[in-house]
Amino acid sequence: MITDPFTLVGDLLREFLIGLGLKAPEASGVIAFLGAGALATAVLVLCFLLIWAERKILARIQDRIGPNRVGPFGLLQTVADFAKLLTKEVVVPSGADKLLYFLAPPLAVMAVVGLWAVIPLAPNLVGTDINVALIYLISIGAIGTLAIMLAGWSSNNKYALLGAFRSVAMLISYEVPMVLALLVPTMLAGSMGTVAIVEAQRQMWFVVLAPLAAILFFTSSMAEAGKAPFDLLEAESEIVAGYNIEYSSMAFGMFFVGDFLHGFTLSALTVTLFFGGWLGPYVDQYSWLGLIYFLAKTAVVYFAVIWIRGTLPRLRIDQVNAFNWKFLVPLALSVVVVTAVADKAAATLGWDRTLALFVANGLLLLGTVIALQLYARSQRRRFERTSLAAAPAPAR
Amino acid sequence: MSDQWLFIALILPLALFMASVPIGLSRLLGPRKSNPAKDAAYECGIETVGDTWVQFKVQYYIFALVFVVFDVEAVFLFPWAVAYEQLQLYAVLEGILFILILAAGLLYAWRKGNLEWI
Amino acid sequence: MTLLQGVFVVTALAAVISAVMVVASPRLVHAALWLVVTLGAVAVLFILLDAGFLAMVQVVIYIGAIAILIIFTVMLTRRVMADSGSQANRAWWLAVFIGVVMFAALLALLAQMPTWWQVTPPPLAASADFMVKDLGKSLVDLDRYVVPFEVASVLLLAALIGAIVLARPPAETAGKTGAE
Repeated sequence: MITDPFTLVGDLLREFLIGLGLKAPEASGVIAFLGAGALATAVLVLCFLLIWAERKILARIQDRIGPNRVGPFGLLQTVADFAKLLTKEVVVPSGADKLLYFLAPPLAVMAVVGLWAVIPLAPNLVGTDINVALIYLISIGAIGTLAIMLAGWSSNNKYALLGAFRSVAMLISYEVPMVLALLVPTMLAGSMGTVAIVEAQRQMWFVVLAPLAAILFFTSSMAEAGKAPFDLLEAESEIVAGYNIEYSSMAFGMFFVGDFLHGFTLSALTVTLFFGGWLGPYVDQYSWLGLIYFLAKTAVVYFAVIWIRGTLPRLRIDQVNAFNWKFLVPLALSVVVVTAVADKAAATLGWDRTLALFVANGLLLLGTVIALQLYARSQRRRFERTSLAAAPAPAR
Repeated sequence: MSDQWLFIALILPLALFMASVPIGLSRLLGPRKSNPAKDAAYECGIETVGDTWVQFKVQYYIFALVFVVFDVEAVFLFPWAVAYEQLQLYAVLEGILFILILAAGLLYAWRKGNLEWI
Repeated sequence: MTLLQGVFVVTALAAVISAVMVVASPRLVHAALWLVVTLGAVAVLFILLDAGFLAMVQVVIYIGAIAILIIFTVMLTRRVMADSGSQANRAWWLAVFIGVVMFAALLALLAQMPTWWQVTPPPLAASADFMVKDLGKSLVDLDRYVVPFEVASVLLLAALIGAIVLARPPAETAGKTGAE
């Protein structure tokens, strides 16, 4: 039984390249290039499967079958769709800034594929182990936001620009609770590196130590990825596809791919940060089990993402923003404060860390629910007061 | 340490290139029959009238600004969070003070009605 | 020339050229985008100096927040779809002269260091992980940077309040006086 195929393959490749006459750092460079190519290809090809899975699951939730004609169980449907997109005309709108117009879709895809560089797939299988991986995630997300701005502006279309503004406003709003939620795994693991965070979850997954932070990160990531119920930016009934109105054929296809991949990527990130990544039984002896655990967990979280998409109605733009700034951001700040105090109190007073953090999260959740109830009650009272004052006396 | 960034320096241009290939392919494979009606800007089927400009809504500016402030705050808090395990309680309280000052700013914006989206 | 030196030269050239394009671009939105390129090049320079955390902070804050704010305001406050024409004013030769003088002064100052032409940095004294932890500890250490740390939050608060006050619509005060 091969216990560690990844290191084995890496060493074999390195010996082979050195045997060809390369020096050690150059060999590492070639291996990095091959690894980057393999990861990018795997991730982009995975999209075909993801789009099929999402369409099938959404269909079942909506009590229909979904694609089932092209290939067994409709598996080749996405291939057919992309073949169709390839042969359509690329209509460049008049007055469009050509360089920026064609730069935006690959930039959006790059912003998502770049996230996979720091996700640890198995004990020795990670693109790169930089110690600032969490801030790297945020910075790559920022580049994605920029790509949308470029797309909206370079289309020379008022509605594309308006759609791009609304998209970017929503995206930057939801970055705040996401970044604040990322502080919690950093505190618990003592590092910003994804490999260190996975290793720190050997005792207990962070979803148990910080469930509210997990929910916060999951929710704000879904908004970042434009998944329902936050998908007003790509809704056909809204601003007519928003920033990608003027994109056709494969240029639109690449935006589409980037969007779908973002959903899967956020599931992978949630698993890495809160559900223990590749950790599982016997993973130290057989490291390829880590890859299987990771993919299984990510698939479960991705299923939850699709489930939520098929179940919840779409939020309006003002509801989206109110939800973020009036609920998520104060909650995120509270979670950081409560986790910091609880963990340090548990450490100094000698309590069990897991119990202390779990109880603290529970208390915060209770406080949040009570606050929401009070808010709802005050809203209802205000509504009754105004409608009673405005309602005419009942007719005799 | 910069060799850790090598992978990222390789995968980003690679992803950019790999996403450009299908677009280039469709430029090659697709028909190219452009005419003025098709290329005109899309405005729900009618002709565009006047310059293309967007009305200034102060909400965009406020949201972007509040985002900048909270982004800088989060970036300050990351080193604090990384060193968290080795800090004493007073140091943790200092970080919490930092958070509370900015939470007061958020509360101010909320009460002034600047977090509404009209 | 090693690979690192080559990367440095390319990045430095990109930074300088894009900075020149920021001031020389006829369209304002293009200038904002060239600014993004300059900021990205500076981030790469930080990486070459083994300051990964600062590089990421540069991208997150400058490109992800400030550049987006600039692009927002540029696109919202001008009819940029029709914007064109050189943005330079008549005294551009004076600006170039002052720029050259400042560059010469900085060069003279730098040349006083013994190894100023070296483009590969000396190896780090400590690991990158330790440095971020050290930065975190120094930000709250009573003997080091805790006062600037807390003052920074007050500064951010002041900026937030100032911007909100500035953005208040002027019709509010006019409406109040008109209603009386």
